[in-house]
Amino acid sequence: MQVMLKKRIIPCLDIKEGRTVKGINFVDIRDAGDPVELAIRYVEEGADELVFLDITATVENRKTLASLVERIAIEINIPFTVGGGINTVEDVGVLISAGADKVSVNSSAVRSPGLIRKIAGEFGSQCVVVAIDTRFINNEWIVYVDGGRTPTPLHTVTWAETAERMGAGEILLTSMNTDGTKSGFSTGITADVSKRLNIPVIASGGAGTPEHFREVFLKTSCSAALAASIFHYKEISIPELKKYLSDNNINVRR
Amino acid sequence: MIAILKYNAGNIRSVRNALTGIGYESIITDNKDELTRAEKVIIPGVGEARSAMNYLKERGLDKLILSLKQPVLGICLGLQLMCRFSYERDTFCLGIFDAIVNRFPPHDKVPHMGWNNFTMIRGDLFKGIKTEDDVYYVHSYYAEISPATVAICDYILPFSSAMQKDNFYATQFHPEKSADIGVRILKNFLEL
Repeated sequence: MQVMLKKRIIPCLDIKEGRTVKGINFVDIRDAGDPVELAIRYVEEGADELVFLDITATVENRKTLASLVERIAIEINIPFTVGGGINTVEDVGVLISAGADKVSVNSSAVRSPGLIRKIAGEFGSQCVVVAIDTRFINNEWIVYVDGGRTPTPLHTVTWAETAERMGAGEILLTSMNTDGTKSGFSTGITADVSKRLNIPVIASGGAGTPEHFREVFLKTSCSAALAASIFHYKEISIPELKKYLSDNNINVRR
Repeated sequence: MIAILKYNAGNIRSVRNALTGIGYESIITDNKDELTRAEKVIIPGVGEARSAMNYLKERGLDKLILSLKQPVLGICLGLQLMCRFSYERDTFCLGIFDAIVNRFPPHDKVPHMGWNNFTMIRGDLFKGIKTEDDVYYVHSYYAEISPATVAICDYILPFSSAMQKDNFYATQFHPEKSADIGVRILKNFLEL
């Protein structure tokens, strides 16, 4: 029997005030339904993990998010990550005790990389996902924060290496150039980051067809691929995607 | 009643959620009487070996665990704590399984994170399970193969995916996060 760590397929649910939404290129936002219902559907279809990103993440929404996480944790029996607006170890504690397996940090980690070390120290590296939004501009891959609104001086590979050194357990790498475009993942930067790091990298941004998933798994050593709208709107079903990948010799959980 | 050991490790609540989902009542407790009286005890957790062992020792829970006669299931860190010694901050553990816990060499991505299947399974926990079935792992340390090994996974090197000795059972993977296959394995334990 061949034993092989499987490439993971991860649907992402963007959450706004308790509802699922999906932005196109980080701007236009469309309603896509109840997150718990969607989550259950994804688990039944064979999703390997789920990511929930609270894209509003205001203070008054934190409690809504925690209670949503509790509902999700009761309903699903696969691992899930929660992110959006996490600024402190206390924020993490609330989500972990509500039942999240991992949390993802983005802008707050860029502004204060020590946050990664603090979370890893308190809850373990395995629960810290560092999300990186990146854009190819002026011939360089640059890190953006604030939901893609603010450029930083950081180079993507360098920041990813720093995040790993600080104790990140995983990197969620989203290419802003391809996000929402359904034109395929940015394989170049994904290959660079996953080659340089010893922790798993999740490729994100641009999935439109099953071929795009095959391409990112063949051309890069990423451990997982994430997508949102194509799963929400049933443009690709997870079982069909997994059959396609499996037929193309990419090891996935069936 | 199923008792889930309360200690300084994460993910304890998800075990309770999984038990509730399959119709078992449980309590999360570090009360010695409740643990001793429970029908089954589960020691879950992701976390770090040294601080977990210190926590258990300070409360006398290490000796209590060793004295338990009912079926006990360690999950993830729970399995590693049941071994003799962990190289995670050089920690002497409970010594139920005569095995050493070491860190994966960096020949591939560490942690070993995601779904993986088995090279070998045997015994009560794996009734109805096939070697090609996938379960969910997240760990940077692994228990070596020992006489107590009842399931083997291979990632970077072959390691103990599950162990059993007398009334002590343990899995390195997370049955509570392993969808239907995990439910089956949990039920196998709960029906012992």
